[in-house]
Amino acid sequence: MHNKRENPIPAFLYKAFVFGFGGLSLIYLVAPIIIAITMSFTSGQSLKYPPQGFSIRWYEALFDPIRSGTEHIAAGNSLKIAALAVLGSLLFAVPATIGMARMKRSTVSSIEPLLLAPLVLPSLVYGLAALIVANFVGFQPSLWLTVTGHVVVFGPLMYRAASVVAQGINPSLAEASTVMGARWFTTLRRVTLPLLLPGILAGAFLVFIQSLDNVSVSLFLADARTTVLPLRMFALIEESLDVRVAAMSGVLIALTLVVLLVARRVLAPQKQA
Amino acid sequence: MKASGFPYVIPMLLLSVAFFATPLAVLIGFSFTGPDGLTLSNYGRFLGDAFNYRVLMNTAKLGLQTVASTTLLGIPIALLYWHSGKTARQVIIFLTLIPMLTSNVVRTFAWIVILGRQGPISETFVALGLAGQPFSLMSTELGLVLAMCQIDLPLIILPLIAILSRTPVQFTEAAQVSGAGPWRIFVTVLLPMMLPGLLAGWILVFASTSSSFVTQAVIGGARNVYVPQLIYREVGTLFDWSMASAIAVVLLLSTGILLVAMTMISRHRRLVGHA
Repeated sequence: MHNKRENPIPAFLYKAFVFGFGGLSLIYLVAPIIIAITMSFTSGQSLKYPPQGFSIRWYEALFDPIRSGTEHIAAGNSLKIAALAVLGSLLFAVPATIGMARMKRSTVSSIEPLLLAPLVLPSLVYGLAALIVANFVGFQPSLWLTVTGHVVVFGPLMYRAASVVAQGINPSLAEASTVMGARWFTTLRRVTLPLLLPGILAGAFLVFIQSLDNVSVSLFLADARTTVLPLRMFALIEESLDVRVAAMSGVLIALTLVVLLVARRVLAPQKQA
Repeated sequence: MKASGFPYVIPMLLLSVAFFATPLAVLIGFSFTGPDGLTLSNYGRFLGDAFNYRVLMNTAKLGLQTVASTTLLGIPIALLYWHSGKTARQVIIFLTLIPMLTSNVVRTFAWIVILGRQGPISETFVALGLAGQPFSLMSTELGLVLAMCQIDLPLIILPLIAILSRTPVQFTEAAQVSGAGPWRIFVTVLLPMMLPGLLAGWILVFASTSSSFVTQAVIGGARNVYVPQLIYREVGTLFDWSMASAIAVVLLLSTGILLVAMTMISRHRRLVGHA
């Protein structure tokens, strides 16, 4: 459209577009996180913003085992499911990554879409499909069914993160180890896995965060006893707009920040190698 | 190296076939069943109902509005990244990752605070005299689009940044030296380069809007109903799994068609590559 020789829009408007509008967009992106954190320290009973005063009463209420028993159980369930989902994706996706790295490019590109498909499918549709099949075979919604669902849906994240690293590994390193007489397990443990570690850590991080936050799979596959944290928060929001949700948000944001900072510290040095 | 890698892939392949492809096939089969055997009645009932049809159209509209608004805000952020130094670039990536990795329910909660009657938008409008009395943007389409755009924005920023970070800054210098203005460089050099990232982002954003159950239910409220809530209602309250399957297949097809269309556009050399 602007292929004409003379420029119809002056250059300073470009600066305004990039630095002004771009800066504002960045603020819009981050502001809700800051608002959620500051909201959690309100001394008031309502979600009035800016908050009326500073207090940690909602954190006290949240950490009180009697007043927030249900929330503690839900958090425990979510952490357990997320940890098991990470374990499951380690068991399935990491071997697949190692195997794919040794296969011909053409074979890989014919199998890979099947392995990555769960990432594209709306997970709500998958939750429903899994519920129908589980019911056919006689399984009731449970913690284990939820874990299985999470491994299927988020395992590909581990696969993708690890294969990015695997593609950069020189195959002669494993070869050298074999030539020098190391058995396959020794090669795996001493050469392949250490080289793959940054990808595995990144994958574990993604699977954990996604599993912890998942609603649409757990909605169908978790039973009444295994309430998960996001669904419990959803219920609290729908029922009463309890300000404890703000404190929960604060805790989750802090957790995300810590994990993100640790991940950057752990992953950064290897990246330059 | 002769050692075959295939045995390593078998566990995940079996997992995908048994626990992913099979359920999906069963779901599709299930959508064609009714009390008296095979039937198309689920689809007939769903698409024939004026309310359901409107919900389907609203869901597509919400998806497109989110795609459009994330594009509008994502491009300037990507350009800001492009024109920034090393440290500023790190900061922009960090500021994009925090909201992306923060729980969806947390971000939805933040928007309840922002859009509410006592929230910052309402208070600011009243303080500036733009509104006579406090108002709530909850349960409005505008409020939902504002929230969905913020929630999905990182999905479009990251693919754009991924492309720009691999591009040397000297890339636009040739155009600059030849006397092209910043807008011309943006439209003829940077935008075509970012197009594959935009397409990847659009697919991610659209797919995300079609399963963001919590945000739609909470911010949209009872007045704005979208397809994910219809599916959940069929399963959770009406116990009609065949109907739920049919709606899920319709949702799948509508996202699928869009996905294929976008992939085809991205393969279209004349649009993506150099003009």
